[in-house]
Amino acid sequence: MLEQKHLLGLEGYPAKDIQTIIDTALNFREVLDRPIKKVPSLQGVTIVNLFFENSTRTKISFELAQKRLSADTVNFSASSSSLKKGESFKDTSQNIEAMKIDAVVMRHPTPGAPQHLTNFIDSVIINAGDGTHEHPTQAILDMMSLYEKFGKLKGLKIGIIGDILHSRVALSNIYGLKIMGAEITLCGPPNLIPKYINNLGVVCSNNIDDVIEWADALNVLRIQKERMGRGLVPSVREYRSFFGITSDRIKNHKKEIVIMHPGPINRGVEIDGSVADSDQAIILDQVLNGVASRMAILYLLCGGKSTKGE
Amino acid sequence: MKKTIIMDRQAIARSIARICHEILEKNDNHKDIVLVGIHNRGVPLSERFQNKINKLIGLKLERGSLDITFHRDDFRERLVVPEVKGTNITFTLNDKVVILVDDVLYSGRTIRAALDELNSFGRASKVQLAVLVDRGHRELPIKADYIGKSIPTHEGEHVNVTLSETDDEDSVLLVRHKE
Amino acid sequence: MVLEKMSKNVLLTNGTIIDPFHNKTYEANIWIKDGKIFDIGDVRGPNSSDIINCSGKIITHGFCDLHVHFREPGREDKETIKTGAIAAMSGGFTRVCVMPNTNPPLDSPEAVNFIVKKAQECPIHIHPIGAVTKGQGGKDLTEMGLMHQEGAIAFSDDGIPIQDGAMMRIALEYSKLIDVPIINHAEDECLRGEGVMNEGKISTRLGLPGNPDLAESFMVHRDLELAKLTNAKIHVPHVSTAKAVELIRKMKENKDDVTAEVTPHHLLFNEEDLTSYDTNLKVAPPIRTENDRISLIEAVKDGTIDCIATDHAPHTIEDKETTFDLASYGMIGLESCFGAVNRVLCKESGMNLDDLICLMTNKPRRIMGFDTDLFSKGKSAEITIIDPDKDWIFSKDDIRSKSINSPYFGRKLNGKIISTIARSYIYKNV
Repeated sequence: MLEQKHLLGLEGYPAKDIQTIIDTALNFREVLDRPIKKVPSLQGVTIVNLFFENSTRTKISFELAQKRLSADTVNFSASSSSLKKGESFKDTSQNIEAMKIDAVVMRHPTPGAPQHLTNFIDSVIINAGDGTHEHPTQAILDMMSLYEKFGKLKGLKIGIIGDILHSRVALSNIYGLKIMGAEITLCGPPNLIPKYINNLGVVCSNNIDDVIEWADALNVLRIQKERMGRGLVPSVREYRSFFGITSDRIKNHKKEIVIMHPGPINRGVEIDGSVADSDQAIILDQVLNGVASRMAILYLLCGGKSTKGE
Repeated sequence: MKKTIIMDRQAIARSIARICHEILEKNDNHKDIVLVGIHNRGVPLSERFQNKINKLIGLKLERGSLDITFHRDDFRERLVVPEVKGTNITFTLNDKVVILVDDVLYSGRTIRAALDELNSFGRASKVQLAVLVDRGHRELPIKADYIGKSIPTHEGEHVNVTLSETDDEDSVLLVRHKE
Repeated sequence: MVLEKMSKNVLLTNGTIIDPFHNKTYEANIWIKDGKIFDIGDVRGPNSSDIINCSGKIITHGFCDLHVHFREPGREDKETIKTGAIAAMSGGFTRVCVMPNTNPPLDSPEAVNFIVKKAQECPIHIHPIGAVTKGQGGKDLTEMGLMHQEGAIAFSDDGIPIQDGAMMRIALEYSKLIDVPIINHAEDECLRGEGVMNEGKISTRLGLPGNPDLAESFMVHRDLELAKLTNAKIHVPHVSTAKAVELIRKMKENKDDVTAEVTPHHLLFNEEDLTSYDTNLKVAPPIRTENDRISLIEAVKDGTIDCIATDHAPHTIEDKETTFDLASYGMIGLESCFGAVNRVLCKESGMNLDDLICLMTNKPRRIMGFDTDLFSKGKSAEITIIDPDKDWIFSKDDIRSKSINSPYFGRKLNGKIISTIARSYIYKNV
């Protein structure tokens, strides 16, 4: 059904496949509204969640998606693992695959790690975030949420706000949205916007008010407070003053702009609590759409196969 | 390929009318009846039942639709991508009499999947099946409660249903493939 | 010296007006009413006007100095904002920018606001330059955006070089948010080492540790390339070497918003003048060779260097009275500036007075985005009146700063400031 065996990233991903995933995800969204939220489609399929980097939300989202599809899930987190005993990445993954699994969902701090993994194992690989590179499932749930809200992606004007330099959410969104025909403007402190990002066909701006005026929707990225100590963002109040999605700013613009955020939110830093809680924000929808999107991805990549050993 | 018209528009309309009477006759508490159409053509069919019953007794029954893609039993061999938002049941099925509606009953696997999926929406007090055509060749122990027409088919034959909502016109055709 | 609020109507008569904005030199009267330019031409105000006869004098825009140290807060014993303002006014300056290496440094919007409030009470315009890093520690960016909103017009860690290239890059990139220049004190700390004067023939003879010219040019090179990479504004302070001049000249061919300044002392003195171990000539960056001095003069003439800036750096007697290695770096310079640069550039190197005036008026103003069209009706009067032919010997009586660390005592200067007008005040050097 989908052209690529794995989901490593959205760079160069076929537009029709993104649409297929979104359409399927909309169906799974309905499943999540039923009293009994379960379908048997991935019965007998075994999926390992290989998380070398901490995550609560993405991991829970994937686990729920897997369980709702009746798949068997196994969790592996780096801290408690044999990696501590000195086992290599290659051995770890091959050992796990030797136990006859069908798919690996991996989050790793190094860009390119999922690509690297394809050299050692045969299973389907889904990238749950590789360092500062891509986070394709996040971008897909973001696009699904926009599609659900606007009925289309082509021609939509999307502003991505914040620390673009360190954001895998931003990069995957840029790839995905461009493929689907949307227009993108990035906005953030100039030292946090990668120098050569224009090559990807995006516009950059330092003026948040201009971007709010222009956009149909904003994807507001979290400002990592750890970065403030390192001198990249001088202070919370400076960031908020120039880039914060504050209730005053939104009020001044009098338009129904849709507000998105990948979470977790820093209330009062990149976004005011009242804006996050407002009707314009679809942040909680994104969370539920995350489970639906991941169900769609797992279904389309792992469906139609019996357990290995055939 | 040879096509034979088994039912035309009027024949279909008469069958629908008869089935509606039968449904009302067989079930005492009309208010507890809900209609669930199975994608694709079961959906417009169920709407016709709803309208007809409304004309007959002035009661508009609740109606939903079911896309059984995720509950198919051949999920180990085939990957099927569903229509968008095929399943739409916005009410509970608890204590309801569910009339499943489909155009053709054949192996029974679609109905088995539909029964499986209905479970996710509550525990119905009864589930009954209404089909426009029963062409035989069951692979599972499934039977219809209301049948428009029984059309036994042989190898190399199959039944084609068209409805004005989804195709050009109403018809039931028997199609025979040349050897 | 007289410093007083101007009368309601003041008439400057018989003077020669040099207007660097309109590029015109002409004779006319200027009528100032309520501190603003009311009319220029063959005008006379009401009979009650205060008439100042400027016969034989030049009337021009008030001077603008982009680089002074007023030591407040923290070392009010050396200078205060008020005393610095008067020193500036006596030198013909109506607008100055104060560096942030105070104690505490100007590294927050609150500190910037402190300066802006103090400036309100002064007879000249004073603008704060904000620090680039918190505490000038070279690690954490200051809240440049908020500081700019409070009134900071540029950012610098002056006194302390931004040694870390990554930090300089981040500073330049971030500065684009508010579109103001970064001013880096360019001296590679490692190469500079213990050097207290230029490394050369003289330092060898004097036995003092030397500071090679490469320490400046390496960092200037880095800064210019980073500014090009990030497409940001950069202003190079107190250029002292021929090598740096060459780099700036080349970069200006490709890039618009590169600017540079030079001090009077780097134009007038060379390392030979330090043979007396005069600590008043101990400055950072150090005074260099004659070759460097000549290339600085050429750079001023061909526009590679945009303006004169004094780097007025007051120190107490104790700070300067000690041995050369321990003495603080810097000299005061506001009072002697015009006399010194007029001598070295016009009298000794053939530059026109009009061009010199540009270097001290509209060119520095343009760098910071200040208004340069000062001689138009309705503008707040910022005027300097000069006697261009007066030769004088600099003495303690000419000092208005709280500190007296100047190497100009007993030296002949050409051209003297007669009077300065700003913010409805008039200062007269009597």
